[in-house]
Parts: sequence; structure tokens; C-alpha cells
Amino acid sequence: MTETQEVKTVDARRLWQEAYSSAKLREANFTSLSGEELKPLYGPDDVRIDADQDLGHPGSFPFTRGVHPTMYRGRLWTMRQFAGFGSARETNERFRYLLGLGQTGLSVAFDFPTLMGYDSDDAISRGEVGQVGVAISSLQDMETMMAGIPMDKVSTSMTINGPAPILLAFYIACAERQGIAAGELRGTVQNDILKEYQAQHAWLVAPEPALRMITDLMSYCSRAVPQWNTISISGYHIREAGSTAAQELAFTLANGLEYVRRGVAAGMDVDEFAPRLSFFFDSHLDFFEEIAKFRAARRIWARKLRADFGAQREASWKVRFHTQTAGVSLTAQQPENNIVRTTLEALAAVLGGTQSLHTNSMDETLSLPTEKAVKIALRTQQVIAEESEVAHVADPLGGSYYIEALTNRIEEHAQAYFDEIERLGGVVPAIEAGFFQKEIHRSAVRYQQDVEQGKKHVVGVNCYQDEDQAGPEIDIHRIDPAVEVDQRERLAKLRAGRDEVAAQAALAAVRAAAEGTDNLMDCFVAAAHADCTLGEITAILRDVFGEFKEPKTL
Amino acid sequence: MNQRIIRVLVGKPGLDGHDRGAKTVASVLRDRGMEVIYTGLHQTPEMIAEVAAQEDVDVVGLSILSGAHMELFPRVKAELESRGMGHTLLVGGGIIPADDMTALEEGGYARLFGPGSRTEDIANWIDTEMNRRWATEGDN
Amino acid sequence: MGQSADITTRFLAGERAALARLISWAENGDGRFAAALAEVFDRVGRAWRVGITGPPGAGKSTLVNEMARLFRDAERTVGVLAVDPSSPFTGGALLGDRIRMEERTLDPGVFIRSMASRGSHGGLACASVDACDVMDAFGFDELLVETVGVGQAEHDIVSAADTVLVVLCPGAGDGIQAMKSGLLETADVLVVNKADQHGADRLISDLEEALELRGMAPDAWCPLVVSCSAGKAQGVEAVNAAIAQHRAYLAGERLERARAAMRAEQVQRVVGERLLAALWNERGYDRETERLLASAPSPHAAAEQALARILAQVDNIADNLEPSTGSQP
Repeated sequence: MTETQEVKTVDARRLWQEAYSSAKLREANFTSLSGEELKPLYGPDDVRIDADQDLGHPGSFPFTRGVHPTMYRGRLWTMRQFAGFGSARETNERFRYLLGLGQTGLSVAFDFPTLMGYDSDDAISRGEVGQVGVAISSLQDMETMMAGIPMDKVSTSMTINGPAPILLAFYIACAERQGIAAGELRGTVQNDILKEYQAQHAWLVAPEPALRMITDLMSYCSRAVPQWNTISISGYHIREAGSTAAQELAFTLANGLEYVRRGVAAGMDVDEFAPRLSFFFDSHLDFFEEIAKFRAARRIWARKLRADFGAQREASWKVRFHTQTAGVSLTAQQPENNIVRTTLEALAAVLGGTQSLHTNSMDETLSLPTEKAVKIALRTQQVIAEESEVAHVADPLGGSYYIEALTNRIEEHAQAYFDEIERLGGVVPAIEAGFFQKEIHRSAVRYQQDVEQGKKHVVGVNCYQDEDQAGPEIDIHRIDPAVEVDQRERLAKLRAGRDEVAAQAALAAVRAAAEGTDNLMDCFVAAAHADCTLGEITAILRDVFGEFKEPKTL
Repeated sequence: MNQRIIRVLVGKPGLDGHDRGAKTVASVLRDRGMEVIYTGLHQTPEMIAEVAAQEDVDVVGLSILSGAHMELFPRVKAELESRGMGHTLLVGGGIIPADDMTALEEGGYARLFGPGSRTEDIANWIDTEMNRRWATEGDN
Repeated sequence: MGQSADITTRFLAGERAALARLISWAENGDGRFAAALAEVFDRVGRAWRVGITGPPGAGKSTLVNEMARLFRDAERTVGVLAVDPSSPFTGGALLGDRIRMEERTLDPGVFIRSMASRGSHGGLACASVDACDVMDAFGFDELLVETVGVGQAEHDIVSAADTVLVVLCPGAGDGIQAMKSGLLETADVLVVNKADQHGADRLISDLEEALELRGMAPDAWCPLVVSCSAGKAQGVEAVNAAIAQHRAYLAGERLERARAAMRAEQVQRVVGERLLAALWNERGYDRETERLLASAPSPHAAAEQALARILAQVDNIADNLEPSTGSQP
């Protein structure tokens, strides 16, 4: 740039600044969804862009612009709709329906008893069986759910954490009965226990033994199920619990780094297990902030893995992630508007370079999604992929002053949180002190107040409300209470019909491994084959390891 | 020093871990001058009723997003009654279909708040209702 | 429901909601409380009262939970009173301590009550003693009263206990703060919690040194220093053992004297609270204040005038007192 050109640029900027300052602005709150001030314009003075150091190229360090050289020209993202409700049989039917619609992977939602490790016939499960996901209490239930589905062809994502090793054992045993070796299986278990203590709150035992089960699973999979993604490190629930975008990112990556530390401490080679770690983020309504979050995630992880852990393989540096649009952004009022919200969020995820995506259905604040709503949600992704032409160019917003400034800012926030967590003694002590929980709660309350005071607008809720506030006319999907009765009967029959001596021996082996140091996964697979139930196994774990006590966070 | 402060139990019955709403409401009620006992997660109906009895609360507010409300809400009510706490004002919130709200209101829940409810409205409603009760039924 | 006779009948029949309601009456300054307490007061005196205080974060709730567990293992029943601060701005409170004692919720041998500090120090101390009295009358063997903080209000509450525990933990200079704030003078037992953490040994030796430097009468109780990690369920037996040791020391005449003094203090507190309430809230003396202020040169002068009138009445009462048999000269 010549000197004259530079002077012209400065003049132009000054002229704009003057024009802006003297103009009348709308009465509005010009902040991000996270409540941070935004400038009216971003330019070269607002962000320093070092293209080599900070951006790189798609498929190269630090992966800010994406993890594949070709991005969506090579392969579109996986359209993976989370499903599962009621009985294993009904879920099996929904899976076949979704595969028939062109979906390319399965994603299993479990009911709360399963998520907490209780059998369907446990007293504490009453009223909850099959309500928000499928009830899987045994290998038999898993076999029913996967009947007729080629387990060597589909990849299956299971949203399960505390009992993840046991559910994976059911899955492996199920495949073995179909004649498929564990080594051929592809899929993911969420298995991210740290965020459970922080946000989602479905835990089994205290953090330390839970982390030991996770390292057991990582080590087992690197040996026996090499194509399995062992942890899906999840920010989704942190965000849905009320965090800001920066908190979501910071806490998720801090958890991820903790798993890496644990794996290394357990004697594993970082390049052996890090490539099997994947991530799961929320995509909320602040379009640009979300895109910046995804880009910052890739850059921070790549730098940390290389610099702090000495990872050598590119695969170890890459953040591959699944995205789900923000359930909390949906409203019960005028629910059809949710289709539009979901579209914006899905588009942000795609422009942010996601590897797979779940789009929420418009009726999810009211009940489990109906088939029609699920179909529209999936079609939303297909419209983005096939009609909008956005998938042809990698990181299309890279180099935007605004996006780069936001990406840098989120990275700075994350680093500040990493420092704070370290000061508290690490992730586990910070959980025990309620640090994450309090941070999330504070953000949630602030956002709620912003909406109630009209500082943040929500269409149909605090502006553009319908005169007629009568309930929306959407079919409600209900779970038949017979599911629970049926599950109880199935379990009773299973226990009566199994080889009791073998079952008790398998449970004794689980106890011995839990008390000692042997890998628990081998025992879980054996217990699955012996028709031991989820609740029988977790009862032993709770007994040996002790339960987690929720800290005081209010 | 004769003062009457509204005591509220905010409870999470069942196994779901969604405490965002419950904790936000608990904070707002505290800011409105109420004394709030938050039970924590994963409570059985027996535990909630026992805490309500020990704390002699005026109001029990339940939050549930797991779909188990038709099972758990009536059980909480029954457990309260068996402990001599049948007079407690019962409110609830969460993902509850309209038909179920009607059924629960017929079954003794004074008010149910669905998604998108303003916390301020919840606080106002409890405040007004408790003061109305104290004015009409006396200070029991 | 609601009359004191009904409540005491239900209370005496062992209904926990009735116990809870009596505590509410005590907290609310409800006029029916005095009559109800009188009906059950012959049962008061059997429980052992332990006051537990210390700075926030010392792990008091966790310790109380563990102590309760050990008492239950020994088949002792336990009443817990957990005091938390009210917001000075809104008057509201989040009472969350019992979340640490969740596993005791359904134990019929345990009763846990949360109490917000509300308005005045005196009122809180009154209500907490009243709550202990009714829990005692209900039949609990052990009463644990937990407060947060190290201020005057907390001091008043715990000093109404038979045994006072001051809980500290390593780090954050709590030990020094405790010494400065006079907590050590209050303590019968000093508990160093989180003893597995760095700095615990130093804290213990600092405390022991501070105790040695105090001049002690030959037969006076010398506070015990015990350490534990309540969060890991380690060493809490020693805390309960220290309480038992203090209890054995007090047994007999010492205990009778201490309890008589506590009851006298409660009378004074109740009279003080009621008198002030009567003056300001019920008898309209606040209006008198305005009148006096209008002509007095300063608030103090107005107060002197008001006091002169009140004290004249007090002298009148004092002159007519029955000659006391056992009073001090």
C-alpha cells in the first residue's frame, strides 16, 4: 500500500466514524447473545490476522479453517438425527424409518433410568421408563433395538455417559451375536462424565472412579474396537444449562484436556487415543459468535495437543465435532418459528465446519418430536446441503474482520478460564467446589433477566406475541405406559431364564476388577453375554466406588 | 418481630438432570424475599415430602423435564398429605403438555408453569396466592 | 389445625410436621409459641447440644453429615439446625446446606431444619435456642447447630450450646483469622477439617501453640484440637470422641450451672426482643421518637429524654421486686 492510499483509508475510516457518531440509532441492545458489547463495524484496526500462524489452510495446522482439505466438497456432513424413545422395538422401527429417509448414521437417546444406570424395573425408574429415550437394561434390549440393522455398515452414536462402558459392552456383545467382530464396529459413546457433574447431571459414581472407567474404555477400544470414538467431549449440555458460548468452549476443552492428561497418566500414548476423541457442540442463535466458537475450538485444541502433550499425529490435533442446534432457543409459543431458528443455527454449524449435525424438531419444547417434525428438521439440513450452495467453499467467513476478532476473543476467554481452573487445582477439584455449576447458573440467570426485562428479544415470547395465547396446535407424541410394564416383564423373564451361576460369576468378576486394577471393559462384555442387567452391574460399581454427592451450588 | 416470610421448597423429582429452570426460579424467589430450600437433583417423592415437612414450607414447587410428571407429581402430593402437609401450596413447571396440566390442576396442583414462563410472573403469583391464603385462612 | 393444643398433641404423638410448625412459630415470633413450649418443656434437657461454627468453606455441612452418620451408627437420634444468612437487601435466603446431608433425609432418626438469619441477632439467637428446645423435647439425643461465619450472631448461637466446635481448614489464613476474631475463646473443640490438604499440620501446630499461650485456670477445660477429612469420611470419630470427652468433663454440677446460665440468658433475650418490639412496633414509641427529635438538639439528646422516661418505669419495677433468695450482692 502506498502512502497516499494509506492516508485515504484513514480518512475514509474517520469519515465513517463521524457519520456513525452523528446518526440516530435504533433503541436496541447491541450485544452478542453472550451479552458482550459489539462494535458497529470491524476493520483492519480491530483485528490482527496472521494468516499463516492463526488460520492456516483447511486440513492443516492449526485447523482454524477446517479439518479436511476438501471440506464439504469431499463429503457432506453426516446428517444424524438423535432418536430413541419408548421400547427397544419402537426405537428399532424409528431407526429403520430414518435410514429409509436417507439418514447416514444412527444416534441413540436413552431414557433417564438407563442414563443413570438403573434397570427399568427399579423402584426409582417408575414413570420414567422410555419417556425421553429408549430403555436398555440388558443385552436382550440392545438386540431388539438393533434387529435387522447391519451393525458393520452403520455407525451408531450413543448418548450415554456414566454407564457408557456397560452400554458399549452390550453393543459389542450384540454385534458378536450377529457374527460381527468388535473390530468392525464404528460409532461413538458420549462417555463424557466431567460435563455430567458440571451441567447434565446424569452420573453413576464419584469423578475419580468414573475417570478410571473412561481410561479403561479408551485403552480397551484402542486394542479391540479401533474405529470407535471413545469420548464425545460435549459442550452441548453446558450451553443448554445456560452457559455463554465462551464458557461452553472453555469448559468443554478443559474437560477434553483433562481426559488427555488421564490417558497419558494411565500409560497410553497420546497419539494412540487422541485421534478417537471427538467433540459435540451446541449451535445457538448468535450466528457469527457460533461460527467463531467452532473455529476457535479447532485452533486451541490443535495448539494445546501439539505444544502441551507433544502429540505428533495430525489426527491427534484435529477437533472433529458433532453439532446439535440449540434446544433452549426453541419456544413453546408459535412453535413453527422454531423451524427458522433451527435453520439459522444449522447454517452456522455448517459454516463453522461441523462433521455431523442434528437439527431439532419444532415441537421439542412440548414433547418428544413427532414424525412429521423430525422429517422437516432433517429436510432443513438437506435444503442447506443441496440448495443453498454454501457447502462448496471451505470456511467461507475466514478472513472476515468480525469473525476473526470474535475467534480471537473467544480464544482469550477460554485461556482465562483454563488459568482459573488450574488455580482451583484442576477440573475435578473445581467440580467438587461447584465452580462450573455456579458459573453456568450465573449466566443462565442473567440471560433470563435480559429476556424478562426486554433487553433480549424472543419473537413470540416478549415481542410479536399472538393475541390468542391458546396452546399451539401440534400433535403431541406420548409414550405408552405399557412400555414400562412390558419392560418389567421382559426383565423378570430374562432373569428367570438365564444361567444364574454364570451371571453371578460374571458379576463377581466385575466386583473383583472394580476393587483391583484390571480393565473393567472385558468384565462388562462378559457380563453382557451372561445376561447380567445394567442395574446389577452399576449396583456393584456404586457399592465399590461410592456415589457422587452434588455440591452446594446455590 | 412478628413477621411472615414465605418459605418455598424447590424440588427436582425424578431422574432428569435439567436444573436450569429450578435453580433460576430458586434464585428469583430468594431475590423476592422468600426463603428457598433447594433439594438438589434426583429426589424421590418421599424425600421431597419429608424435606417439606421438616422445613414446614408454605409452598412446594416442582420442576420436571423428563415426562414423568403424571407419575411423580401425584405421588409428591400423596406423600405430603401422609405427613400432615396437605395444606401446602403446590406448583409445578417443566415440559408438561396442556392436557396434563389440566389433569394436574384438577388433582390439586394450584398452578403449572410451562416453558417460556416469566420467573417474575411465577414469583408474583406465589406471593399473591400466599398472602391471599394467609388473609382468608388465618395464620395457621 | 393451628391451635397450640392441637399442635402439642400432634407433637407429643411424634408428628414431625408438628415439630416443624413449632420451630416456625419460634422463628416468626408467633404469640402461640410460649404456651406450646410450656406444655412440652418438662421434656427439655435430655439432648446434648453441639454448636458448630467456622468460616465459609471449612466443610461444616459435610462434617455435620458425617457426625450424624456416626451418631446413627451408634443408634443415637440426631436433630440438625442449619443457619444460613438472609440477604440484607431483600430479606430472602437460599437455604442449601441440607443438600450435603441428603442421604439422611429419609432416616426417621434424623431431623434437619434450615433457618435463615432474618432480621436481628437477638431474634435469631432466641429462635435457634427455641428450635433446639423443641427438638430436645421431641426426643432427639444429639443436636447439631451449624452456622456460617464467625460474627457476633454466630457466636451468640453457638454459645447457647453445651459443646462448641470451631471448624477450620488449611489455607486462606483461617487460623489467624479465628485467633483474631476470638473464636478460640469460644471453642471447646477445634476441628481442623480437610486435614489431608497441604498446610494442615501447620494449622494444627499454630492452634496448639495459641492454646498453650493462653493462661488457664487449673481445672478449666482445655480445648482439644482434632483433625479429620469429613469429605473422605476420615477421622470424624475423633470429633465425636472429643465431644464425649467434653461432655464427661461437664457432667454434674458444671453442666447444671452452665445450663442454668443459658436459660437465664434466654429469658433476657426474650424479654429484650419482646420489649423492643413492644416499644417500637406495637406501642407506637416510634412516633414519640419523632416528637422528641423535633425539639432535641441531637439524636443522643432525644434518646436521653426517651430513656429517662423508660428508666423511671424500670426503677419502679425494680423497687417492687420480690426479695431474692439466691441472688448475688
